[in-house]
This record gives sequence, C-alpha cells and structure tokens, in this order.
Amino acid sequence: MTAGSRTIEPSGLVSVRRWLADEAPRSAAQAFFGKTWRGAMALSGNPAALAGFVIVVALALAALCAPWLAGGASPLTQDLAHRLAPPSSASWFGTDELGRDIYARTLFGARATLTIVALVAAIVAPIGLVVGTVAGYLGGWVDAVLMRITDIFLAFPRLILALAFAAALGPGLENAVIAIALTSWPSYARVARAETVTIARSDFIAAMVLLGAPTWRILLRHIAPLCLSSVIVRLTLDMAGIIITAAGLGFLGLGQQPPAPEWGAMVSSGRSVILDQWWVSTIPGIAIFLASLGFNLLGDGLRDLTDPKNL
Amino acid sequence: MTEPPLLQVANLDVSFLQRGGGVTHAVRNVSFALGRERLAIVGESGSGKSTVGRAMLGLVPRPGVVTANRIAFDGIDLRSLSPRQWRQYRGRRISMVMQDPKYSLNPVKKIGAQIMETYSLHRRGGAGQARRHALEMLEAVRIRDPDLVFDAYPHQLSGGMGQRVMIAMMLIAEPDLLIADEPTSALDVTVQNQVLRILDDLVAQRGMALIFISHNLTIVSSFCDRVLVMYAGRIVEECDARHLHLARHPYTQALVAAAPEIDRPKAELLTVQRDPAWLT
Repeated sequence: MTAGSRTIEPSGLVSVRRWLADEAPRSAAQAFFGKTWRGAMALSGNPAALAGFVIVVALALAALCAPWLAGGASPLTQDLAHRLAPPSSASWFGTDELGRDIYARTLFGARATLTIVALVAAIVAPIGLVVGTVAGYLGGWVDAVLMRITDIFLAFPRLILALAFAAALGPGLENAVIAIALTSWPSYARVARAETVTIARSDFIAAMVLLGAPTWRILLRHIAPLCLSSVIVRLTLDMAGIIITAAGLGFLGLGQQPPAPEWGAMVSSGRSVILDQWWVSTIPGIAIFLASLGFNLLGDGLRDLTDPKNL
Repeated sequence: MTEPPLLQVANLDVSFLQRGGGVTHAVRNVSFALGRERLAIVGESGSGKSTVGRAMLGLVPRPGVVTANRIAFDGIDLRSLSPRQWRQYRGRRISMVMQDPKYSLNPVKKIGAQIMETYSLHRRGGAGQARRHALEMLEAVRIRDPDLVFDAYPHQLSGGMGQRVMIAMMLIAEPDLLIADEPTSALDVTVQNQVLRILDDLVAQRGMALIFISHNLTIVSSFCDRVLVMYAGRIVEECDARHLHLARHPYTQALVAAAPEIDRPKAELLTVQRDPAWLT
C-alpha cells in the first residue's frame, strides 16, 4: 500500500481500456479482445442479461463446488431422527422425509440438471444442423420428407413426447437426455434450414460448386459454420425449456433415479407434506425457477447482442 | 492450327420449362469453336451470354434443359459426364470468375483457407504444399503482401483485391479454360484495368483459353481476339475484336454506336432500335 503503486494502477487500467476500445485495432487479437470487451460492456449495460449471466455462473459454480459448498454434508446421508426438520442453522433449508439435508441435495441436484442441459445441447445442435442444412441445400423431395418428419415431431407437446420416449427407454439420466434430445431437435432443424435456404443461393456457394467441391464438403465446410450462430442463440433460449422438461421427467419419476438428488424428483417427494413441511418442495422448486429464469434472461441478452439489426 | 480446337460447341440450346407449360429458350442454336485464344461474348442483359458460360460447366440452374449436337472439351464429350466426373472437371479443367467478389467469397473463412481448399480439391499434396502454392498464386495476382492477405477475411479486402483473390482461387488448379463472367463490372474503372491486365498476363503465361463475357465493348475490343455478339439467345455475329467497328450486323453496329465517346459528347445517347427480323 505505497503511494507509488496506487498511482500506477489506475493509469495502467486506463491504458488497457483505451487499448480495448481502440477504433483502429492494430492486430486481429486486439480487434478480437476489443469486440469481446464491447460485448461484455453491452451485456453489463443490460441489467436483465447481467442477472441471467450471474445466475448461470452461480449455478455452474454450485454444481462444480457442491462438496465444498455443502460443508461436508452428504446429499445421501439419512438421519431419521431429524426427518422433516424445518430450516435451521444446522440444516439451512431443512431436511426431507428421510432426514437428508435439502441444502446439500439442492447443490448436488444442480449437477444432474446441468449434465442434462449440456448433453442435450451437444446432441441436439449437430442433429438439427445436419437435418436442416441437408434439407435446405438439396431441396426437392429430400427437403419435403425431412421437413414433414420435423413437423410430425413438432406436432406433439414436448413433455408428452419426452414422457413417452423416457417411459419406453426406461427411467434414468441417460435416457432422459435421449428423450429430451429426441423431442427438441426439430426446432433447430427449422432454424438451420431457414438459414441454409438463403445461404445456398449466394455466389460463394456457386463458386464452390463450379470449383468442383462435393456436396458434403459444401454443407460441412461452408454452410454449417454460417448456420451455427443462429443455432447457438436458439440453444441458449431453449435451455430454460430443457431444464423444465428435465424437471418434469424427474417429477414423474423418469429422470435421475433415487437416491441421487434431482430437483424434479425432490419436488415430487415433498408433495404429500407440502402444507405442513413446505420447504421440502419449495426449495428445489425455487432452484428450478431460478435456473430457467437465468438461462432465459441470458439467452434474451445474447440474442439482442448478436442481432445485427440492433447494433 | 492442325490440332482440334479445345472447345467445340454445336447447336447448343438451353431452355427453361415454365410452370404453365410454356418454354423459354434462353440460348438457341449456338455453335462456336475455341482454341487457346481469348474469345469475348457480348450482348445486352438477358441475351443468354452467361447461360452459355454456365452450360460449359454443367451448371444451368434446375428447370433448365441443355441440348446440343456436340459439346466437346479436349476430346471429352461433356454431355455424358456423371456428376462425379463433372466435379473432377470443374475447377480443374475449366473454371469461372464471377461478377462480384463481395458475394463470391465465403465471408466467414480466411482467404488463405479458401484458396487452399480449391487446391486440395484437385491436387495432391499436404497442407504445407497447398499453403506455398496459395501464397505463390496471391503473388501472381500482384497482391503486395501475400502473408497478410492470406490470413485476412474477405470483408477486409477492397473490391479489386477481392477479385484478384478470386482469380487466384480459380487459377490455382491450373485449368485449361477460364470463363470470366463480367469479372470487372462490380469494380471501378481504374481497378478494372489493373484486374484485366493481371488476367491478361496470367492467361498469356499459362497458355490458357479464355471466354470473356461482358457488355463493355471498349474492354472487349482491346482485350480479346474474337468476339461473339449475342442477341436474344442467338449468335448474330462473329468478328475480329479489333475490327468491331466494321461489324456488319445492325445490332452490333447499334451496340457500338450506343457507347459514349469522351471526345465526342452527345446530347442524347443512342438506343438500339430493334428489328423483329433479327429473331429469325
């Protein structure tokens, strides 16, 4: 805490900021960092998006650091002497019908939720891209067949279809992921197809065709990368829906199997005691609400940020 | 000239079936032969000149039907090629420079990657070799700092540079015939000449044939050997490029007369008076 260090630090920050905000970047790296910085500034200027970002980061941290944040409390240890205990200093969010600490279970439950979200995203985006770009680029009967299949999937209510798949595949986390993925790819195929139809008519695709590039190469190397950004924005907006569907499957006993903690299943287990021991259902319910709210707000913010009409 | 011409086209017809059952003939009865020379195809918009170029690459858009008594390139009958054979032949034997570099380069890929991709489509060799050839090619089209442009995105280049990159991309697989479809109409006049000079040098150095599609008669007469004049899908006249002003067909005469001249300003530019007899 010398006087010298105090004067150097602010001027250092100012020059970093000037470097980032430079209108004429001298290198690609500077342009990249400058653009990221401006994006971050725009995001922090939007309180809703910022709140969403904070919630999502907190959720990720909760999932990652669950053992430390729980302070040694295990989500699986039963203590029947203290079952259905109200929130107290010993167990912050109370205990459930088997005396398990709800605070620890909620933290560990974030892992199940985020695993489902990440896996669904990793499965759905490529499927949607492949179906959408192939349909949009080839057109004709291929387009008609693929898009009618997409329409059939879209015609069912999402949770009902996921429920049917999960019931057919058997309960469990992996099967819940497969069931949700099977029901959510059609909207990505639609987005990718819409983008592809406009891109396919552009001259640089014609240039690749007349240079003798095979169709798969044009789809993979030239069209898919251009569709990716709208698919990613669609994905962040869809995260909230995926979380709700996952919780719904858990609530109906088709998600993560007990005793492992999962928010939907936790809400379900507190159902019978909701009037007397409200915390058993309410706490995981709030967690579901906050998680989907966070992803929704962040997705909205990102959409505004990446929308070229908005710049 | 004892060897057979590089490209021979006889009675080329391109027609588009319309939804109501009617047929639009975009190109009718076009025949020409091309050696290793510079041939221009001129004509107004919609006269079918670009469609002829596309037919040589098998890229007439979908409802279009191409028929011909003969389309032979270097002894290969182009009418009987399978899609796979077409792919090996496009870019490798014939390629095409398109009108506007702003739209004909992929906006999200670096210049170098795009040129290297074309190279690797048709030539064997690792990434290092492709990179070396791409840089050589950029130098050949007189890009001053090839390494910088190699890592640039299309939006960072000017129109003239973009078109030169396009030429580099089209010539890297060393085709025998280059079709240039109005390669300079999106560029401003000073850049036009620069790009044309580069194109001219490369075509001459490599002994390639060139089909130059344009509506700019001034450029055509100074840049090409022979001129085909098209009107309503037909070739109405074929003449020597330097003797365009001696053309006999009234349409060609009208086109020549319609071009403004800087040292003889006219109050009103001439328009082409069409004669229905030209259509027969």
